[in-house]
Amino acid sequence: MSQRSQYPFYIAVLFLIGAGLLLAVLRHSELGIPWFVGEQQPVWMVEARVDFEATGEPVLASLSIPNSPPGFRVLARNAASPGYGFSIIEERGNLRAEWSIREADGPQTLFFNVQLTEDESSQGGRSAQSRQPRPETVFWEEPQATAIEEVLERAAAKSSSPESLARELIKLMRSSDPDQNISLLLSGQNYTQLLSRMLNHAGIPSRIADGLRLEDARRLQSLRPYLQIHNGERWLTFNPQTGEQGLPEDVLLWRQAAVSLLDVTGGTSSQVSFSMLQQTVPTLQLASSEAVQSGLGFLSLYELPIEEQGMFRMLLLLPLGALVVAFMRIIIGVKTSGTFMPVLIAVAFVQTTLIPGLVAFLSVVALGLVMRSYLSSLNLLLVSRISALIILVIFITTGISIIGYQMGFNAGMTVTFFPMVILAWTIERMSILWEEEGPREVMVQGSGSLFVAVLAYLLMSLPLARHLTFNFPELHLVTFGLILLMGQYTGYKLSELRRFAPVKAFD
Amino acid sequence: MGWISPFQLRKAGILNMNRRNVSYIARYNDRSFFPLVDDKLKTKLLAEEYGIKTPALRQVVRQQHEIGRFSDLAEDLDGFVIKPSKGSGGKGITVIHRRDGADYVKASGARIPLATLERHLSNILAGLHSLGGTPDVAIVEDLVRPTTDLARVSFQGVPDIRIIVFKGYPVMAMLRLSTKASDGKANLHQGAVGVGLDIGSGRALKAVQFNKPILLHPDTGIPVSEIRIEDWHIMLEMASRCYEATGLGYIGVDLVLDDIQGPLLLELNARPGLAIQMANGKGLLPRLQNIEQMKRPHFTPAERASYSMSTFGTFTN
Repeated sequence: MSQRSQYPFYIAVLFLIGAGLLLAVLRHSELGIPWFVGEQQPVWMVEARVDFEATGEPVLASLSIPNSPPGFRVLARNAASPGYGFSIIEERGNLRAEWSIREADGPQTLFFNVQLTEDESSQGGRSAQSRQPRPETVFWEEPQATAIEEVLERAAAKSSSPESLARELIKLMRSSDPDQNISLLLSGQNYTQLLSRMLNHAGIPSRIADGLRLEDARRLQSLRPYLQIHNGERWLTFNPQTGEQGLPEDVLLWRQAAVSLLDVTGGTSSQVSFSMLQQTVPTLQLASSEAVQSGLGFLSLYELPIEEQGMFRMLLLLPLGALVVAFMRIIIGVKTSGTFMPVLIAVAFVQTTLIPGLVAFLSVVALGLVMRSYLSSLNLLLVSRISALIILVIFITTGISIIGYQMGFNAGMTVTFFPMVILAWTIERMSILWEEEGPREVMVQGSGSLFVAVLAYLLMSLPLARHLTFNFPELHLVTFGLILLMGQYTGYKLSELRRFAPVKAFD
Repeated sequence: MGWISPFQLRKAGILNMNRRNVSYIARYNDRSFFPLVDDKLKTKLLAEEYGIKTPALRQVVRQQHEIGRFSDLAEDLDGFVIKPSKGSGGKGITVIHRRDGADYVKASGARIPLATLERHLSNILAGLHSLGGTPDVAIVEDLVRPTTDLARVSFQGVPDIRIIVFKGYPVMAMLRLSTKASDGKANLHQGAVGVGLDIGSGRALKAVQFNKPILLHPDTGIPVSEIRIEDWHIMLEMASRCYEATGLGYIGVDLVLDDIQGPLLLELNARPGLAIQMANGKGLLPRLQNIEQMKRPHFTPAERASYSMSTFGTFTN
């Protein structure tokens, strides 16, 4: 009951804040991590994850990896695979990553990652093969053979070069009302493979390349096929769906030569998935930091597998949301329903973007309140009431998604980003509040929660905030200190200056 | 309405939410004692031990199968109240005024058959009204019949007196009168009238409804300045004794004045609200600091009550 001295506490908080800032400054100067976003070229970290089930025999896994993909420059290649021997080998101009181990059993996971920068000058056609590629010989069976001759003739009639032939052919194959011949060809065939074989048949060297769309912090991506033809000088890339020539800037060609993507011996059900992340680590320092292994490097998250890095990027934003909630409740005095519900809603907003998120959230809660009013007349016990509500919320979100999709709003789908259990609790609280305090209090708390959620969202979606929280995680010591300080704030809230206004009339 | 500057508030000694939580509730209320006040049955048994009168406990229904015996035991009761032991904010409280044949009659005159009451009891046991939906027990106690003076002022409901007790010293008091707007409930933010009471005499100081000063009760039209609570010293002493009973340093004690039995303890609150300052037109801080700075505290509830009356009183009887 005695009043402890507050000095140790304040000194500790000051120490925390100071340590956070000092570490950040040190890391900035030592490792050259920039304070602001966009000071240099983005570096993409792309990670391939190979999963398979080992059968207890010697394992050899071989993955095709990009050699010199067009539009990019490879900075570094790394592999993470405990216990495995690893090497990169060159095989007729193609690079392959090879893992081997004497004995392995059960599920295995291997990681390979590559760091790339965008590089306009790289044409990808270092042309490892010195000799001119020749079209492959293709054999067809009837009735396909006749159909192909006929289709190729029509395409050739409208074209003058290998490029235009490829374009016309894609246009014909993708036309909205395909004729008999095309329907016959399209049935039961891999479309891109078919295109490639047809072009080879027409005497144009052609192959399939696998491309990867680069988007920041995406996980579990897979490769998409692209069509490549050789025009006599170099390989040209086409989108097999649209016929568009050239490679979009954000697509990385992972595999170009017609070799297999992944071979595993000694394992079954193997698969590859890709994760990627954009970093703002300066290109120069990137190489040096690896060599130097400075003592401050251990704090950075770059060493983690990219899949985890993507999660941390989100996770490290959460303290900012908590800070906003603490500030709004302790200093301003905004009433919210559920202490940290606004943060979770804000996180959902980050994924859905603001306006669609707000619309989806409001419609789910409004519909939920209507249904909850029926539940309350059933006099259910709390646990089963919430459980019923969770199911209803899932029905509502499914309904909104389907209706939104049918009406052509893809935004309707984003409703699934909201945490269902939190939504159910929000509806429950709002509903009880409505019964006990009336609709006015529901409006006050509801709009208070949304207001705080929107503020937290605005802060969390600032590019600078994202950059600082991820690249300088130690800055969260400052956030931590500020929150501790607020916990000791005994002054008046802004809202109390209004609540206690009648005090002016006191003598 | 408008705004007020924080300096003006500080000058008036108004206690605010953050300060109450950090400097008083967290510092003086040990968490392990909270269940004593959150569970009404525990509070009642504890009060009995310390000689604090409460409305007589007639029955405790703990198990589903005991509900069958309820009507036999309630046979010779005139008026009674059924409460969930862990209910909060007046939820799940049913007030029965009298019997009429096989039916029970509420204050409003509505007749309730026995089956409805039994279902209500069953709901209470299942935790429908308790905090967090935990299983609960139902308590049946005597109905409080307010003194005619108080009943006259209030619109329905039983007026209750909230006294803030700090380290055993009653520091501020308020009478809560239900109104039409508050639907017979005595919660200030729902529109009940709060009448500040002078600690020295039990006389009304001023009154507020919805945070605004008023002179007359909005429904009964009776001037609040006429109100004066009888047995004031006894009430303060009872409130003061709750400190020894609970070990909680900062509590709100809710008392009622029964026509026959005199002051009774209704319930305790470990997180009493701040609106009492508006009703009194005074800030709590100077009084709390006065007690905190006291070198030699008094040992008996009676001494503490007398100290408060002479120190914090405006009128001297």
